Amino acid sequence: MTTHPDPVRETPEVAPAQPRAAADVPPAAPATGPAPAGWAEDVDTVPRAGGTPGELQPYAELGLRDDEYDRIRHILGRRPTQAELAMYSIMWSEHCSYKSSKVHLRQFGEKAPPSDRLLAGIGENAGVVRVSDELAVTFKVESHNHPSFVEPYQGAATGVGGIVRDILAMGARPVAVMDPLRFGAADHPDTARVLPGVVAGVGGYGNCLGLPNIGGEVVFDPCYQGNPLVNALCLGVLPVNRLQNKAAAGPGNVVVLMGAKTGRDGIGGVSVLASATFDEGSEERRPSVQVGDPFMEKLLIEACLELYDAELVVGIQDLGGAGLTCALTETAAAAGTGMRVWLERVPLREPSMEPHEILASESQERMLLVVEPEKLDAVLKTAEKWGVWATAIGEVTPPAPDGQPGRLVITWRDHLVVDVPPGSLVDDGPVYARPMREPADLILLQADRAETLPRPAAPEALRETVLRMIASPNLADKTWVTEQYDRYVLGNTVLAQPEDSGVIRIDERTGLGVALSVDGNGRYARLDPYHGTKLALAEAYRNVVVTGAKPIAVTNCLNFGSPEDPGVMWQFAEAVRGLADGCAELGIPVTGGNVSFYNQTGAAAIHPTPVVGVLGVLDDVANRVPMGFVPRPNGDHDQLFLLGETHVELSGSEWAWVTHEHLGGVPPQVDLAHERALGELLAEAARVGHLSSAHDLSDGGLAQSLVESCLRRGVGARIAVPERFAGGSMPFVYLFSESAGRVLVSVPRGHEKAFTALCAERGVPFELIGVTDPTGGALEVHGQFRIGLDELRAAHTATLPRLFSGAEVAEVPAPATGVAGAVEAVPLPVSEPAAEVAPVDPASVESEPIASAGPIPRAGAAEPVAPGADTAADAPGAPEATAGPVEAADEPAEPAAEATRSDSGADEQPAEPDQR
Amino acid sequence: MTARVGVVTFPGSLDDGDAARAVRIAGAEPVRLWHGDPALHGVDAVVLPGGFSYGDYLRCGAIARFAPVMETIVDAARGGLPVLGICNGFQILCEAHLLPGALTRNQHLHFRNRDQFLRIESAGTAWTNAFQPGQEVLIPVKNGEGCYVADPATLDQLEGEGRVVARYIGGNPNGSQRDIAAITNSAGNVVGIMPHPEHAVEELTGPSLDGLGFFTSVLKHLVGAPA
Repeated sequence: MTTHPDPVRETPEVAPAQPRAAADVPPAAPATGPAPAGWAEDVDTVPRAGGTPGELQPYAELGLRDDEYDRIRHILGRRPTQAELAMYSIMWSEHCSYKSSKVHLRQFGEKAPPSDRLLAGIGENAGVVRVSDELAVTFKVESHNHPSFVEPYQGAATGVGGIVRDILAMGARPVAVMDPLRFGAADHPDTARVLPGVVAGVGGYGNCLGLPNIGGEVVFDPCYQGNPLVNALCLGVLPVNRLQNKAAAGPGNVVVLMGAKTGRDGIGGVSVLASATFDEGSEERRPSVQVGDPFMEKLLIEACLELYDAELVVGIQDLGGAGLTCALTETAAAAGTGMRVWLERVPLREPSMEPHEILASESQERMLLVVEPEKLDAVLKTAEKWGVWATAIGEVTPPAPDGQPGRLVITWRDHLVVDVPPGSLVDDGPVYARPMREPADLILLQADRAETLPRPAAPEALRETVLRMIASPNLADKTWVTEQYDRYVLGNTVLAQPEDSGVIRIDERTGLGVALSVDGNGRYARLDPYHGTKLALAEAYRNVVVTGAKPIAVTNCLNFGSPEDPGVMWQFAEAVRGLADGCAELGIPVTGGNVSFYNQTGAAAIHPTPVVGVLGVLDDVANRVPMGFVPRPNGDHDQLFLLGETHVELSGSEWAWVTHEHLGGVPPQVDLAHERALGELLAEAARVGHLSSAHDLSDGGLAQSLVESCLRRGVGARIAVPERFAGGSMPFVYLFSESAGRVLVSVPRGHEKAFTALCAERGVPFELIGVTDPTGGALEVHGQFRIGLDELRAAHTATLPRLFSGAEVAEVPAPATGVAGAVEAVPLPVSEPAAEVAPVDPASVESEPIASAGPIPRAGAAEPVAPGADTAADAPGAPEATAGPVEAADEPAEPAAEATRSDSGADEQPAEPDQR
Repeated sequence: MTARVGVVTFPGSLDDGDAARAVRIAGAEPVRLWHGDPALHGVDAVVLPGGFSYGDYLRCGAIARFAPVMETIVDAARGGLPVLGICNGFQILCEAHLLPGALTRNQHLHFRNRDQFLRIESAGTAWTNAFQPGQEVLIPVKNGEGCYVADPATLDQLEGEGRVVARYIGGNPNGSQRDIAAITNSAGNVVGIMPHPEHAVEELTGPSLDGLGFFTSVLKHLVGAPA
């Protein structure tokens, strides 16, 4: 019944009582062939285990503690077989059991605000939220950190593949991916190895799958040097009545394995397995990073969707970390049923694989289906149409007569190798409340505030600071990365990087769409994991609301060091508490996520790095608000407003890091009630057309947002620093503070009054700070500096090509042509490498430390700059620096300081499965 | 009568839905064709869409060219059926010898997705007659193996016969010889183009509406306008 065109061999053996259709199933591995001497007969069976209770087993090498091993023996009433031991060791690993995080993750459910949109939540493969009467979306972010360090291309590629199957398993068509990526120092030699491989892997897999990559992050920090973070998010769409579940319901139903053959790749992620089990370390048994085949996954997607639409499956589960072991036990446990599996029927790449290897293999592109016997033929036919293997490997068995859940019984060539209660692997794993302790250095770290660092005060120094900051690796344009991803495929991408959010249309008839953003800031979380996590949530939320969307759900990927380090565990607990509290305050639930522990090199953990994804809904994507200033004919312009309040908040900032390599103090204040009001304001303003553009302020502050909004479509701006920020280094503070809750918007003529009235009504502070300048070709800060867009672009776009492909810098750039709605993607000629931007000599910079950096008193909550400022800014005498027509001169080269991506996957280290 | 334009789905085709959408927006009826079914179901023209047919394993387009539907298409194309190959479709047309030359790995070795300006060099084909010669259009390009190569004689012949349909301007995204982005056969009914006109047919989702011209061209062609 294997449908793949490969030759199928007959086998006499095959199993007892099972459905007719399944009875023909020829095993892929020839049971009749001569068994290699020495292993077929030595298989560790249940009867053998019962008769040899004293046999020593390598449980410690497999990562199980003494008490855990004892517990397994207690559950089984005997010692486990080799295959069972492998299964328990995987399922009870941190990665699968969440044993260290479970006690904390409960808060996501306990504190979750009520939501009538949630169709599936934490514990499922991915959360599902309803977005209209007919449609629902599902999304989730996962990590694939360690494999991506070992083998960047395949690690990243299979990270994408894994999260896509999670989404597929919910009944959804995957429609977009995003990749938050974090690397070591940008100029470190190993980053030049890891980053290009990871980016190529994300692109290679996602592009070949036909999924647009619509956003993400690319962040550099030395703390990720030995442990890059490769997270991947996938978004899927489904009709609400197509929701699938993983329960293996219905005794007598057939268990079908569909997709790629099973090989020795990525065995359990537990390299110890092989080395502990076999004496001679034969090469072919060495586990390795999984190898992805996106073409197979594409076929698998189409085949699954066809099966769903024809209502041919009862239950479905993807095979990811822990492979068949996880899929079999989770599907059975979810239904309370048992399962009978003939393991020799699993199609193998390597016929010599042993039972525990087949059960632990993490070969990619596989799904487990539960099918009614009478529909089996139709399922196999669909698989054949798409050219994927589909093999009946077992059947669902009833619960025990006394009502106890059924047992998972697995034979291999008539040897009984597994007989366990499936729930014991899935639900009865160990749970630990690990010791926690605030890191001893935290108090000193927080006392070392960046607000006391020397700051630039003279206009020339400020100008240089702007150019240096926008060229710094974290703030520089990420086109070199994002150009390697297809953002157009499927034809529904309304916004993609470098925009604040990716926006995908999900219903062509109505224009219904969703906006998605993922954000994290390890420095903030290092300084204060509770507030740092809230800040990540606030940023993702803000990135969604600036498009005009209404946030409805949250996902997360929690990247941390070792849970056995009390300091790390404290950071983790604080982060979870911050996220749960933050979601409660914002009124949106966490629908799923992933934990990745053991991200450290030796004793040095990474910065705690919670990455938070927020999803919002747009009733009509035609109303979405982009980030770039809009070209206007005939000297017309828009007015620029800064929403929210700016305080002296420089600790943890990009400026402190780039300029002083400083990390200390406390991160910016976060006010989620304000963020919520801001979101409601922007949604309303977008709906009635008050906004030409809206752009979040985050890393790099106002200066960064101004530059990005200017370069996006080649439209300059003139702004004035408000009176209360005049003098000394205060203009610098205004431009580079990273206070949260701020958005830069441009408002078309005629809408100012209505817009400001709306701000006042919603209680959102606003300030008129200037105008766009479509003909000026420059960014000018009145009385401080004026920088031509060409100079800004050269500084902003040269950094990544210089670091990662010297040759491309010389490439001929395309001229920019203003095309309405165009997403500029063509780099400009980079005549002046960013390197030429002279660093500011600290000695020459007027330093003006402010001892007390408390919040600036708010000057009458909503106090627009006097209209005079606008007029003054309009005064002639500005344009000159840039020659040539603006339109032709500056077509942005797909800027995007912070929006970049990455992908993810399953950490080979423990920790990573669904939060439940 | 509405023209019926077939869009082929191979295993691994990705932009088939987008091509069908573009056909619909242009005013024709898209008809989905399956790689394993040799019948063309009475279509008036065919689009071979972008993607990674058969995973692009072995060589881009090399396996797709042997699909049952291709045998019929090759015959029909020789008989004058308008055929547009986009990206992977272009690669398949070259592999099927309906067009000369080949598409190789981008010179810089990266997949590249950007909005690309092209100059329409020939408005005399079934797929470009809605444009003016010399017209500049903005169309997304996205490929890993889009570097067009051919021997000098072939290139000279293409140029001499006016069969270079479009050229990259303002930067060559993949190293194609003579900046070639699209070519046609001598009859002008078969066109291969590396950039993706089907991604430039809606204000909301594309950088321009310039791609629509390729699809309206074939409608014009089908109602009798000179090809």
